[in-house]
Amino acid sequence: MDKLLEQFSFGLFFWQALLFIGLLLLLRKFAWKPILGAVNEREEKISESLDLAEKTKQEMQALQTQNENLLKEARAERDSMIKDAKEIASKMVEDAKGKAKEEAEKVMVSAHESINSEKAAAISELKTQVAAFSIEIAERLVRSELSAADKQKALADKLAEDINLN
Amino acid sequence: MNKLWKILLVAVALIPAVSFAKHSTEGEAHKAELTKEEHRKLNTEYVKHHTLDSHDFGLFTNEETGTHIGFPLPVILWDDGLHVFMSSAFHAEEGNEHGVAESKGNYYLIGHHDGKIYSCDEHGTILEDVSEDADGKEVVSEIKPLDLSITKNVFSTLLICLLMFFLFRSVAKSYKTGLAPTGVAKFFEPIILFIRDDIAIPNIGEKAHKKYMVYLLTVFFFIWFLNLAGMTPLGINVTGNIAVTAGLAIFTFLITNFSAKKDYWMHIFWMPGVPVPMKIMLIPIELVGMIVKPFALMIRLYANMLAGHIVLGSLIAVVVYFDSYLAKGAFVGLTFFMNIIELLVAALQAYIFTMLTALYFGSAAAEHAHEEAH
Amino acid sequence: MESVEIMAGAVKLIGAGLVVIGVGVGIGRIGGSAMDAIARQPDATNKIQTAMLIAAALIEGIGFAALFAV
Repeated sequence: MDKLLEQFSFGLFFWQALLFIGLLLLLRKFAWKPILGAVNEREEKISESLDLAEKTKQEMQALQTQNENLLKEARAERDSMIKDAKEIASKMVEDAKGKAKEEAEKVMVSAHESINSEKAAAISELKTQVAAFSIEIAERLVRSELSAADKQKALADKLAEDINLN
Repeated sequence: MNKLWKILLVAVALIPAVSFAKHSTEGEAHKAELTKEEHRKLNTEYVKHHTLDSHDFGLFTNEETGTHIGFPLPVILWDDGLHVFMSSAFHAEEGNEHGVAESKGNYYLIGHHDGKIYSCDEHGTILEDVSEDADGKEVVSEIKPLDLSITKNVFSTLLICLLMFFLFRSVAKSYKTGLAPTGVAKFFEPIILFIRDDIAIPNIGEKAHKKYMVYLLTVFFFIWFLNLAGMTPLGINVTGNIAVTAGLAIFTFLITNFSAKKDYWMHIFWMPGVPVPMKIMLIPIELVGMIVKPFALMIRLYANMLAGHIVLGSLIAVVVYFDSYLAKGAFVGLTFFMNIIELLVAALQAYIFTMLTALYFGSAAAEHAHEEAH
Repeated sequence: MESVEIMAGAVKLIGAGLVVIGVGVGIGRIGGSAMDAIARQPDATNKIQTAMLIAAALIEGIGFAALFAV
């Protein structure tokens, strides 16, 4: 400890303190303030640029999603248009088909009707002719039957029997 | 770039070894005439001399002819009036065998044992002052005038201050052309940022660190540069001088206490969170701690740098001492290794001084940090 | 009288030696523990190194105080 005090030189202490204070003041004005200021400014600039980049990125993303939405909408519209067109087309075909069917049915119905009336006319004609023929046949049969006496009698018996039975 | 640094590092580490090797060849002529005892004494003197301040800037000594190559520095004394003269007046020469300098009728000489200036008469006898101490005993003390000389250390400090000023002004100027560091700023900017981000902000805090940055940066580079200057073969030992480190420690002490907030004083005089008797017991302890902290700063830097110089000086003296070239070579290698360690220590001590200073500032600036402020 | 002085000097030196041993052990322990801690938590290397240096510097101060007391 004594050695320490013995070595202590007041002159050196004085000059060193003076020089150090001078250096402190000079460096504060000419070095540290500009350096730290520049460094801070740069750091702020960097963080600002990063923020800006982030913002731009987000904007880009928003734009992209917007584009996508537009595209989607356009696609949906197109799809719906195609669908509508298809529907209209199929409806038209359907309508046409229906009309054709109706027409065909009408034709069929009228055909049926004419066939039926023709048929009825034919049947009725056939009936009258058959009736005429049967009357003629019956006349001829009756004439031959009624030509003999016994045959007349047998017939009368038979008729009577039928009546009795009734 | 990386390679260049490596080469520079090796070169810096080699310089002292080379310069002292020169020294050894000059000592050769004397060796035969000296006994071991005398040789040992010479080496001790030599190592001691290199750690001391001196009044002239010696660059080179030719031991055969006894001539010193260097330049004198101004001597400024206060001895009932200002005395200013060059230190070359102390040189012993024809007609002035004792190396006595005369100024305005007063005579001075440099004491051989400590290199300090003493008052003397014209024949070179140191004047003595007889006084009585507390017990009534007579105490004889040699009279020393108040010495405000520009010594070797003051001169070196001045040079380093100028170097720092121009260097960092050029760093600051390089930012005017653009925000990216250019030139020498490329090297110093990471260090400045390291001090801000790894020393100041963690210890002092994001908000309060700004006003301390000027001191922290200046003190770091001041110590580092002076430590490095101490590694040159010029034999400068500024940071290994108690007066310099005392100056720096006193600045830290003053700034800590003058910028201290309420919390700091509260922790000294009324420690929160402990019972009242403990609070009273802690007051003297904290008060002592207040002084011991900067005192430890002072001693740490001083002792580390002085020890480094002594170790290096001793190793080099050992190189001279041995006759065998094998031993010489081995010790040159060891000296080289120690130089690299000292290069690390130069930066490390600057870092530790700055770090602890920041820690003390942090405790002074803390406002609500009860857990951290110890 | 002289032998007492020599003894006192010797005791001082031995004491300083003991302190230096203590400081050496202390700093060694700090360094070793820091190595362990870094091995365990390599991410915290910077913080550990800082704490290690501060602790080592504080102990070192005691060592120097002892040396100057001699």
